Amino acid sequence: MSDAHSPEAIKKHVRTYLVIFGALLAGTIVTVWLRSIHFGDFWITVAIALTVATIKASLVAGFFMHLISERKAIYATLATTVFFFAAMMYLTVWARVQVPRGSEYLMRQEVPHPAVRNGGAL
Amino acid sequence: MSATTHAGQLHDVHQVEHHHELNFWQKYIFSTDHKIIGIQYGFMALLFLFFGFCLMLMMRWSIAFPDKPIPVVGGLLQWVLGKEAVPNGTMGPDLYNSFGAMHGTIMVFLAIVPLAFAAFGNYVVPLQIGAPDMAFPRVNMASFDCFFLGGVVMFSSFFIPGGAAKSGWTSYSPLATLAERTYLVNGQTFWIIGMVLLITSSLLGAVNFIATIIQLRAPGMTWMRLPFFCWAQFVTAFLLLLAFPPLEAAGVMQLMDNLAGTSFFLPSGLMVAGTTPIPISGGGSPLLWQHLFWFLGHPEVYVLILPGMGVVAEVIANNTRKPLWGYKSLVYSVLAIGFISFIVWAHHMYLTGMGTKISTFFQTTTMIISIPSVIILTCLFISLWGGSIRFNTQMLFALAFLPMFGIGGLTGLPLGFNFSDLHLHDTYYVIAHFHYVVAPGTIFALFAGIYHWFPKITGRLMNETLGRVHFWLSLIFMNAVFQPMFQQGMAGMIRRMYNGGATYAATPTESGLSPHILGLNKYVSMAAWFLCLAQLPFIINFFWTLWRGKKTPENPWHATTVEWDTPTPPPHGNFSRPVQIHRGPYEYSVPGHSADFTMQTQPEKGAKH
Amino acid sequence: MEIPYVVKARPDTGLFNAKVGIWLFLASEVMLFGALFSAYILLRVGADPGSWPQGLLNVPIGTFNTTVLISSSVTVVLSWAALKMGRFNTYRKYQAITILCALGFLGIKSFEYRDKWTHYEIWKTDGTRVTGHIEGSPYFWNTATLTKKKLDQIMFAPDARHYNDPPAEHHVEAHAKHEFAPVKTSDIKRLSAFVPSHSTFFAIYFTLTALHGLHVLAGALVIAYIWGPGARMWKTDPERYTNRVEVSGLFWHFVDLVWIFLFPVLYLL
Repeated sequence: MSDAHSPEAIKKHVRTYLVIFGALLAGTIVTVWLRSIHFGDFWITVAIALTVATIKASLVAGFFMHLISERKAIYATLATTVFFFAAMMYLTVWARVQVPRGSEYLMRQEVPHPAVRNGGAL
Repeated sequence: MSATTHAGQLHDVHQVEHHHELNFWQKYIFSTDHKIIGIQYGFMALLFLFFGFCLMLMMRWSIAFPDKPIPVVGGLLQWVLGKEAVPNGTMGPDLYNSFGAMHGTIMVFLAIVPLAFAAFGNYVVPLQIGAPDMAFPRVNMASFDCFFLGGVVMFSSFFIPGGAAKSGWTSYSPLATLAERTYLVNGQTFWIIGMVLLITSSLLGAVNFIATIIQLRAPGMTWMRLPFFCWAQFVTAFLLLLAFPPLEAAGVMQLMDNLAGTSFFLPSGLMVAGTTPIPISGGGSPLLWQHLFWFLGHPEVYVLILPGMGVVAEVIANNTRKPLWGYKSLVYSVLAIGFISFIVWAHHMYLTGMGTKISTFFQTTTMIISIPSVIILTCLFISLWGGSIRFNTQMLFALAFLPMFGIGGLTGLPLGFNFSDLHLHDTYYVIAHFHYVVAPGTIFALFAGIYHWFPKITGRLMNETLGRVHFWLSLIFMNAVFQPMFQQGMAGMIRRMYNGGATYAATPTESGLSPHILGLNKYVSMAAWFLCLAQLPFIINFFWTLWRGKKTPENPWHATTVEWDTPTPPPHGNFSRPVQIHRGPYEYSVPGHSADFTMQTQPEKGAKH
Repeated sequence: MEIPYVVKARPDTGLFNAKVGIWLFLASEVMLFGALFSAYILLRVGADPGSWPQGLLNVPIGTFNTTVLISSSVTVVLSWAALKMGRFNTYRKYQAITILCALGFLGIKSFEYRDKWTHYEIWKTDGTRVTGHIEGSPYFWNTATLTKKKLDQIMFAPDARHYNDPPAEHHVEAHAKHEFAPVKTSDIKRLSAFVPSHSTFFAIYFTLTALHGLHVLAGALVIAYIWGPGARMWKTDPERYTNRVEVSGLFWHFVDLVWIFLFPVLYLL
């Protein structure tokens, strides 16, 4: 490791790790418990689930992976990657969902699938 | 016992070698030395380049003279591939499609990327930054081994029942899953497995390049003193690192569609030669494949061109005896290209029914990315101004690169606009555009690189006369092959037709492709065959020089970059003493200096060493 | 010349080589799993109505697996901290727990897989659909199997509810009697176990979790190698050894990170 960590500093880190562990376990319980609550909109459920997951992920990345004290080079790489990942996801879904007016029926939102019309898949 | 009580200070650097003699296998086959690996990549890449080229030569026969037996090789082809694939020595549509798909795949993934990125990059970059080797030599070897295996898999796919993949290098689903239904494990399966191996190779290589450039620059080699070639390779490595994994994921999904009966890319109600839907679950999306493929596909084309630009920059600076004009602009432009290239991909998908807003988004980013490309080309052009130009073979190729890439880039603009792309998508215009960028573009740049660095690698100079013949003939025939394709594309001739569009010939009662347009097929094919002959001077030159070429001093081109400050060929570990960089990469014709070039390693006030 | 900065950090970047390497590799892995997550979204948005099974994955087991993986993440970082303090034996203890957690995770996952592969759905010719088990719990039967084995009927025990039905009372589900009753082949339009070819949901579920599982396995193997045969380096070059433990730990945390997203997306949403 680049910085010289003294045994005392490491001990403090160990305490942090255990606290984060507790937080992660709590987060897991919260995630499952939230499932029993019925939010009005499906998308709100998604947003909340992903928010909790992101918080847990940030704890792992920040403390277990030491990102919170890591160097600029790593941050820059990760920030770029996250941006591209988000762009890939967002643009792909946008391309799929935004269609020319009048062709929405092709998105199978109004016309039932022939198999469904025939009373069962395939 | 604490770790720090060990004498860790003595282990400042890591022992690369246990200084014992390596046997032949360790030295040349399973080498971890970046120079050997670079040569291995180069050798394999050139073989595949030639193989892909030969596939095209045979395809051009079918386009010009459909359903006629192929001369010279028709019999051999029938003997090797069987009567079904090659009926009476002719190339049927299926074989044409196989050759077409594999020509694209081989040229992109087995020839250009390994040559431009892996071969030149591996050999030159550690030397140019003053490093003893790549950061991870064993990973480097693993990268080559994966590439080799991938090449074997791709090559062997020609000889399995059903033949090689035949759904285009783009492997669109559902065709890719359904094209070959006689055999479960078929050419497409091999293609996917080959791609996974090649992608793994590229990922390992990319990690190595980036880590090396970040960590192993010699003292004094600041970021803004890096030769532009290193910047280009750095950005290329990032493109490979971040853009390849989605294709790997897509490949795994397509493999499951082919072998495990999943429906990732197969929509509901799909029927194949019948009126009953095939027994799959359905619910998948062919567009998903296209998005994931082109998410790689677009950065991939920048992977193809950026190393070439890097080579051209080095050759131009060296042969004008002048620094590059606009070094900072070049660096920022190449970084911008790298970044923007990730958000333009759907310009390959304008005709898939996207809405106008998203289509305009991609059109906008596509237009924006042309700006840094133009900046780079402009800087390279302006670098010629006032130069004392030395017209050796590599400089001829580098000079030709500029207008050729210019044509390629400019003809991309109508494709980048969604309204004009409606007419031009999937026509020969597209083929002409991208071949202009890659063939008289990148390949010319790589030829320049070969002529330029040959003396460093082998200690011998290639013959100039043969080089000039190679250059002029290649230039003429490259243009003869691809220029008419613009006309054909604008007339509406679509791609991937084994008979060159004869099916759509105009008749007295129906409009179609005119005799002039169809006649161009023969002209283009003959130009292609002459282009093949034009490579003979190069091949002869290459091997003759290796065997009997004129020996050369260490720095025959009087270049300034660090790779020319080593013995020829550089020994294992590259530098016998620690490297210290004192100046920028292009100190040519500096007023007050004794020579018209000053090497990067030259100290401030010292005699030339 | 030897390669510098293998052990000590380069002053201006503050990093040693392997750390740069592993973060770059993890960046590419983000894109890999990211592509699969994007595929999940597109497939779910585009799924035919009624063909996206929800609630078929066992949440308690998934939650337990999540805690197993999170615990292994903690033990990995604690083992590295112990090594930084020179406590080799403590490091070994924690890392052993990590490896056991990994194996436990994989074991539970394979139990889940097996459970799915013996669980079936029948689309009947009259348009109804029913899920359940076949007598004898065979694996991987499908419509073609019925023809191949020349069966004119199968003994089928239906579940209390089909995944498309509105959620029933808790107790009804748990204590429903499962009795095998004959189902005629002529009434069966399609038979499929919950395998990748069943639906795009299971296709992406198996792909995502199998790829993740492969990463768990690979990470566990690397950690086990460094823990076992590779431990010789502690005597000869302890700093480099510690670096290796750190780098493999970083990979392990990433594997945990992916699961933190996989679990709610696949099991809960």
